[in-house]
Amino acid sequence: MNKLRASVLMRHEVGLHARPSVKLTKLAKAFESRIDLGLSPDGPWVDAKSIVKVMATKAPKDSTIYFRAEGADAKAALEALVTLVDGDFQDGR
Amino acid sequence: MDDRTHRAAHRVKGRSAAPGIALGPLVRLAPAKHEARQYRSAAEEHQALVDALAGSHADLTALVREVGDDEAEAILSFQIALLEDDNLAAPAFALIAGGEVANRAWSAALALQIASYDGASDPYFRARASDLRDLRDRVLRHLAGEADQTVPSGVIVATDDMPPSTFLATDWRDGGLVLRRGSPSSHVAILARSRGVPMMVGVDIDHLEHGTDALLDADAGLLIVNPDTNMRASFSQRRAEQSKARPAAASFSGPALTATGELVRVMINVTGLAELEGLDPAHVDGIGLMRTEFLFQGREKLPTEEEQYQIYKRMLEWAAGKPVTIRTLDAGGDKPIEGLTQPGDMNPFLGVRGVRLSLRHLDVFREQLRALARAAVAGNLKVMIPMVTVPEELDRCRTLLEQALEELRREGREAQLPSLGMMVEVPAAALTIEDFNADFFSIGSNDLIQYVTAASRDEPQLADLARPSRAVFSLIGHVVGYGDSSGRETSLCGDLAGDPGQVAALLGQGLRIFSVAPGAVGPVKAAIARYSGSAA
Repeated sequence: MNKLRASVLMRHEVGLHARPSVKLTKLAKAFESRIDLGLSPDGPWVDAKSIVKVMATKAPKDSTIYFRAEGADAKAALEALVTLVDGDFQDGR
Repeated sequence: MDDRTHRAAHRVKGRSAAPGIALGPLVRLAPAKHEARQYRSAAEEHQALVDALAGSHADLTALVREVGDDEAEAILSFQIALLEDDNLAAPAFALIAGGEVANRAWSAALALQIASYDGASDPYFRARASDLRDLRDRVLRHLAGEADQTVPSGVIVATDDMPPSTFLATDWRDGGLVLRRGSPSSHVAILARSRGVPMMVGVDIDHLEHGTDALLDADAGLLIVNPDTNMRASFSQRRAEQSKARPAAASFSGPALTATGELVRVMINVTGLAELEGLDPAHVDGIGLMRTEFLFQGREKLPTEEEQYQIYKRMLEWAAGKPVTIRTLDAGGDKPIEGLTQPGDMNPFLGVRGVRLSLRHLDVFREQLRALARAAVAGNLKVMIPMVTVPEELDRCRTLLEQALEELRREGREAQLPSLGMMVEVPAAALTIEDFNADFFSIGSNDLIQYVTAASRDEPQLADLARPSRAVFSLIGHVVGYGDSSGRETSLCGDLAGDPGQVAALLGQGLRIFSVAPGAVGPVKAAIARYSGSAA
């Protein structure tokens, strides 16, 4: 099976900090596929379902977040994650 | 149980930090016993950590249902998410498999994470280290079989020291606080006084037993452990009397006049909007000190310009035209703010604090000045700069404030220039007060006293030195005198102003504006009314 990829610009005021990371990892865990997150198109990649790893990227505001996913629901997972980040984590603050 | 009820009452002395009385079980908050665990087998250590993680998870899930405020909920949810991630504890389980004891394995695993956040360049990520420490300590408490540190209401908390953010997160209804360290002028004490929480410091807490009933008489500086029936009865009677007396003191609602009819202004010190609820602005002459650092503490992130603006504006609206003095961020010293102040400062009271910190974090300072310039439209705003030492610092603040105003006008936002004054708390500034281009002065007696006497206000053994001596009063007199001769208002907003026993001495130095905790307005006005002139 091929890996699907997507990327999105994160505009959240303080970057991928606690609150957005909680939302992102919760959403990722709702999918069966293996999902990785990175800050460049070539990785390094971390497990998007692990808040410990996602927070450790310390992604600041205006980073582009790259996802790759592999599994039955990979396409839906990427769409949902991109929507979340693009929508500022449904969190205007 | 029988044994306990028949145990004799005994008294423990302390120094009163906030008046009032309380009766309830003692709750000991002890630091987690990191090294208290005996190694059993790898399997048992593994299971102990599994159980401690599950127990911590259950605590936090219960807590998050109770908090009901957005910021606190986000912080707890983050800790819960961390616990649910196997990656967090994986290194600890690996260490346990290698023969390490569970608590040390857990501490070591978390130490790596904490160090990584502590070293982050972004202040928001750096501030997450405190969440990990909190989580680390919670799990360690479970491993040591200790009680959770959430404090129920109606208890008397006994602990070494308490950061203001913990104090603010606790429900103090009918409760009280005794500390081994701290002093009556620490910021926890200031909060306790303004919220009416009885509190003592300098208490030998070593022999206080968790769960034992105790009567805290912070008026007398006494903690009575195992009070007998008579003591309990007299407690109930005093409680009833105090609740009757409180409205009487508060009813000192008219203007404050000395015995010879001279008008004195009495303003209040506050930390936020909550304290203004139920307080009639007609009873006071304005807000003499709003401490903005409490807006910045115990939060996931620093408050935005908009959040600050809304709070400042609502204070000005409450005051309905009376002056509202808002002090810019006075972090540092004993008021650290995650992600902003420098951890591990060797001598924080002589370090980067107050305006020194603000001028080094211009991004944060500019946002505050913008919020203030916008709020100035809503009433009589005075902006006060803390810890000014040399005239150039105040000049820079004035320039930054003017720049903020220009910027806001260019953006088409309503804003105006508030008056800009300084807190006089550094002896160097008090001595050369003529050199400062300030619109008004406010004497911060707490810090002034400790800097003049070179005696920490948090050292109980030096309480006799860290007092308002003749040296302190002569500096106060100098500043008030210059203020009078140059047409600048001078107030005093430290604890000294709220002490009825010092009111006459301050009036004798020419001081005519006092700013005190809301609870002290009545007693201070009464003391002013007894004053019959400098000859007395």
